[in-house]
Amino acid sequence: MVLRRGNGFNPLYQLRGEMDRLVNDFFGPTATAVAQTVDAVTRSFPALNVWEQGEDLFAEAEVPGLKSEDIDISVVGNDLTIRGRRGQEQPEGTVYHRQERGVGEFNRVLRLPIEVDADKVEATLKDGVLLIRLPKAESAKPKKIKVTPASE
Amino acid sequence: MATDINLNQPQTEQAERTRAGRFYRPQVDILESKDELVLVADLPGVKSDAIDIHFEEGVLTVHGSVAPRYEEHRQLLLGEYGIGDFERTFSVSEQIDANRIHAQYTAGVLTVHLPKTEAAKPRKIPVQTAG
Repeated sequence: MVLRRGNGFNPLYQLRGEMDRLVNDFFGPTATAVAQTVDAVTRSFPALNVWEQGEDLFAEAEVPGLKSEDIDISVVGNDLTIRGRRGQEQPEGTVYHRQERGVGEFNRVLRLPIEVDADKVEATLKDGVLLIRLPKAESAKPKKIKVTPASE
Repeated sequence: MATDINLNQPQTEQAERTRAGRFYRPQVDILESKDELVLVADLPGVKSDAIDIHFEEGVLTVHGSVAPRYEEHRQLLLGEYGIGDFERTFSVSEQIDANRIHAQYTAGVLTVHLPKTEAAKPRKIPVQTAG
């Protein structure tokens, strides 16, 4: 099962051409006495976390500053596409000292490892976090198979 | 008009935190107009009442607490970001009027307005939600 990535934001986010891989246990050990500061720079926009929970697949993305009309989500077959545009609102008479927040169009395509029911996909956006719930297709749900004893 | 606004990370050592866990530096845009400095920070997943902005002796600290959205050790099929509190500090020159600093927060984006004039005493900044 390979989750493939589409194009990221240009030019403010770098695309590192690494292979996608399944990430287990992402958060790692929590027994650190001293907190570490980690840069929140992502490789492509938006950064995505995907996990399986019961009969659903979930995809979450951090999209601060975006409204729901800025985001376009579609599911075709096993591919989830998240596209949109983050606009730049630079007020008149201002000058940038620093610009780290990316701006422009984004387009990410994920090939999901499990078939999902495209008609039942739901997405919510709250505090800049987009959560997409993708219910598994019937054919992808595990089926219990009864064992009947064979007559002798 | 020449202004001497200097925003960079302080070189001082940071005190150790009492909570274990990762902290993240939020991405920011810093803009300057003739009247004020504006800091725009991405704080996704932070509720408006979980933001703490502190300005003291020319140092502006922005902290956003993030509630975990799923349990720590959930297995991710794809994990491109971690979830944790955001924090970042900036040293700001004395040309900011601390009494008039104000901030708004909407859709995961915090905007802090730092009007220019002389330095004032340190104080805590209230956050208003917008929208």
